[in-house]
Amino acid sequence: MSSIKQVINEAVEKDYTAEQREILNPYSKKGLLPEQVRQPNPIRLRDLIRQIRSAKTAAEERSVVNKECAAIRLTFREEDSVWRCRNVAKLLYIHMLGYPAHFGQMECLKLIASPRFTDKRIGYLGAMLLLDERQDVHLLITNSLKNDLKSPTQFVQGLALCTLAAIASPEMARDLADEVERLLKSSNAYIRKKAAICAVRIMSKVPELLEMFLPATRNLLSEKNHGVLITGITLITSMCVQSPDTLDHFKKTVGNLVRILKNLVMAGYSPEHDVQGVSDPFLQVKVLKLLRILGRGDGQASETMNDILAQVATNTEATKNVGNAILYETVLSIMDIQSETGLRVLAVNILGRFLLNVDKNIKYVALHTLLKVVHQDNQAVQRHRTTILECLKDADITIRRRAMELCFALINPSNVRTMMKELISFLETAETEFKAVCSSKCVTAAEQFSPNTRWHIDTLLKVIIAAGNSVPDDVVACTIQLIAESGEAEQQYAVAELWQRLSAAPLDTQPLLQVATWVCGEFANFLSLVGGGVSEGEVVAVYQRILWSSQCSAVTKQYAITSSMKLASRMPGTNSLVAQMVSAYGSHLNVELQQRGVEYTQLFTRYDSMRGPLLERMPPFERSRLRVSQDAAAANAAAAAAAAPLANGLHNNNNNDAVAAVQAPSQSDSNALLDLLGGLDDSANDVPVQVKSAPLPPAGTGSLNSDILDLLGGLGGGGGGDSGGTLISRTVNNGGILDTGLGSASNNLLDDLLNNSSSNLNNSTLANNTINSTNSLPVSTLPSSDEYGSLTIYERNNLRLVMTFQRQDSLTTITLTATNSSTSCNITDFLFQAAVPKSLQLQLLTPSSTSLAPAASLTQFIRVNNPNKAVLRMKLRLSWFADGVKIEDQNEVNNFPPALWQY
Amino acid sequence: MQFMLLFSRQGKLRLQKWYVAHPDKAKKKITRELITTILARKPKMSSFLEWRDLKIVYKRYASLYFCCAIDQEDNELLTLEVIHRYVELLDKYFGSVCELDIIFNFEKAYFMLDELVVGGEVCETSKKNVLKAIAAQDLLQEDETPPNALFDEHGLG
Repeated sequence: MSSIKQVINEAVEKDYTAEQREILNPYSKKGLLPEQVRQPNPIRLRDLIRQIRSAKTAAEERSVVNKECAAIRLTFREEDSVWRCRNVAKLLYIHMLGYPAHFGQMECLKLIASPRFTDKRIGYLGAMLLLDERQDVHLLITNSLKNDLKSPTQFVQGLALCTLAAIASPEMARDLADEVERLLKSSNAYIRKKAAICAVRIMSKVPELLEMFLPATRNLLSEKNHGVLITGITLITSMCVQSPDTLDHFKKTVGNLVRILKNLVMAGYSPEHDVQGVSDPFLQVKVLKLLRILGRGDGQASETMNDILAQVATNTEATKNVGNAILYETVLSIMDIQSETGLRVLAVNILGRFLLNVDKNIKYVALHTLLKVVHQDNQAVQRHRTTILECLKDADITIRRRAMELCFALINPSNVRTMMKELISFLETAETEFKAVCSSKCVTAAEQFSPNTRWHIDTLLKVIIAAGNSVPDDVVACTIQLIAESGEAEQQYAVAELWQRLSAAPLDTQPLLQVATWVCGEFANFLSLVGGGVSEGEVVAVYQRILWSSQCSAVTKQYAITSSMKLASRMPGTNSLVAQMVSAYGSHLNVELQQRGVEYTQLFTRYDSMRGPLLERMPPFERSRLRVSQDAAAANAAAAAAAAPLANGLHNNNNNDAVAAVQAPSQSDSNALLDLLGGLDDSANDVPVQVKSAPLPPAGTGSLNSDILDLLGGLGGGGGGDSGGTLISRTVNNGGILDTGLGSASNNLLDDLLNNSSSNLNNSTLANNTINSTNSLPVSTLPSSDEYGSLTIYERNNLRLVMTFQRQDSLTTITLTATNSSTSCNITDFLFQAAVPKSLQLQLLTPSSTSLAPAASLTQFIRVNNPNKAVLRMKLRLSWFADGVKIEDQNEVNNFPPALWQY
Repeated sequence: MQFMLLFSRQGKLRLQKWYVAHPDKAKKKITRELITTILARKPKMSSFLEWRDLKIVYKRYASLYFCCAIDQEDNELLTLEVIHRYVELLDKYFGSVCELDIIFNFEKAYFMLDELVVGGEVCETSKKNVLKAIAAQDLLQEDETPPNALFDEHGLG
């Protein structure tokens, strides 16, 4: 820009420092040391700034500031009104540097109360900076504001209005609403415009005051003054957003708004409001936004604004940012109201043009908006697919992220091959922060649109290779599941592909190794068909390389060791070498691996006869396609947690793995589980342990696996489903085969190990809890939740939390439903924490999930015991990752229905 | 608009205006985080950031960064125009504004912003009107100052 020239800072700095040299020490002019003077004139603001700026180190700066703060405090204490203004101004500068300045709050109030305009100006500035709506000094400032709002000087009124608009608390809003309403009808435009914004703030603090301002809005739209017009429209917009009734009330103003916009677009050049050839873009955008709100879902209103929107869309010049700002707003309005098809195409084409713009900002806005409209008008957006793919290679990370999200939204059965190819090559070069999200989304898209299984397997393998170690665990699980449930030809193909990777790959990409070892172990019989046939020696060598490598993670080694057992049973020639490897792990430092080592060694020695049947091929586990329906989510999670380790035959250390492994257990399974639980509801609230730990046998098992499961079902010990290894030893122990035979030493060892690994029982605990919670809600016996209504306790950051209640005497069960209200953002690691007053007891049960896809929900049960019938209040703390970005928030709920604790 | 920050290339805060209440500690944290994030961005990148549930719009003028946090439904491109308008106003007022003008006359920079944006909303779209209001208020201030002590004792200096 020409008017703001690149400033030659040095020149000006010289200018300021020249002055500085003159007055290096403000006290020296009088030849007195500061200590000798009881009350020297405080140094001037500029001198202080100079002093602070000339400090060489942070410590030096601190000492200057501390000294000055002490001097300022002293003057404050002496109630010196002559220097108050200067001192507060200095304090504000100090505050900006990050030093505490709260002791200036009262002085600001005194300044505001002063009759001098200079004092008021600094006082209000200080009030806006040092106070906010949380401060207690509000009562005092409210009085001053009230006086100043009645001042005969418009600028004093203006200062008061400006301050009120920035810091009004609900109490201030209530106390001063009358004054503001009066000023909103003032004949002075300068006052009227500021009063309108104040009214917005007051309404947002105290919604019921909305109606009070309604009459005053009548004349706002016929204003000539743009300041009043734009603030008036802001006021009406926030009224419409706040109350649906008011929205209807303002429907009749659509004609006025259209006229205002038309005047702006058609009017010739007016120097006062022109911005690079566009007439008052600020006002235009405000009008467009209000039109959008009024036209949303209203055919008639939309019709009225169709023409003008088309006019703005075609006539606005798109060479400058300012024109594009208007076009952007117009597109949003067109897509949001019930506009004609032609107009919508025009809008999407504007975005298409934006995509080609060299300006990154415009490009970003285009991608952002396309992402919003892609669900309404996929066909129109598809036309710009090539351009969008191009944006994947943009230098700006925010643009790449948007482009990636948009690409996934554009995938359909006909373009999945090309899109996936582009996305995988994007994945290869993408930043680490993208890889996890991108690979997860690739898996979902591949699952949804894959033309055939071969392609699907190929794609998943490519994703795992491209994303390296950033592959999330669920991708590993999905791939294994896909291969497990596909046909023999595909399995054979997968073995060939993965064997090649396994034998050649470097050992630093864990997910790939995990999939490869699982598949090669499970389907080791196909190894002989790979290429010219793989010899047993080669296979064992590869496994040895993995198991002895320091690069491989413990989880990978867990995969490998179980896989080697499978291998041994499929390729008998490897038996002795595998036995050797496994027994070596019996003394591994990692407890999990050690346990596996000891258990598997037992299978080679004492229980060799059980080895074959135990290590039989896993039956393909059923699951419903894609996302599970939300109502069964709780039960599903339970089923998943219980079934996953069993079905996998692998030990998973963490819950996520387990849940992800059977991401979506079949509907019938969970229904069966629910039935099971349902049957128990009437008879008992406390579930017998056996049922708690009884996982449902995966469908289609006819082998010994299911027998083991049955056996497990009969176990009284609980916690059965935690791991394959534990499973085996438990079976052995409880099956009565060897009550005494295991020998005291090894028996103890095993028990100890079991105890040691109790932390790994999380899986089953999770399952138990969830089942428990499902179970302890005998829905039929409790009053229906409608009685207490539902309560939205949180709605921010794209997350909505709703509570419903059920009460039985002193025990209230709260069902918390968390919904991801965004359209594109994935929520992970959702954590809900709550606290209640001391006389109440609170129990938070495990949520149905910790991650939320867009528009998905999860449920969590909360039990509150309130024997004293105290008022129920709750403090919440929430944290989650939205697309990898951590969000934390807190909230307090004080509006629980009183019926929850009263009789 | 939820807040506006001005900071230098060295990461020093030059002006802060909050339209939504936060405790002091939170403000400092937000400021620190944003300054670091924005200073780390390359000049060729877009002027927008998605940060928590806000959209951040920033623009660099000479050695100063102007940074606004806006709501999801606000127009990013127009926010750039608001920033630009503010810079134009400062430029007109100070005459070729530079960072030092804003450091040494920070209160004036605040006064200017308060005439353009009130409570986070643009309240005047005419440059002339804003400058007129500021000039009139400066005049009020001058009238109060005893003539002999104009820049010496009683003014803010």
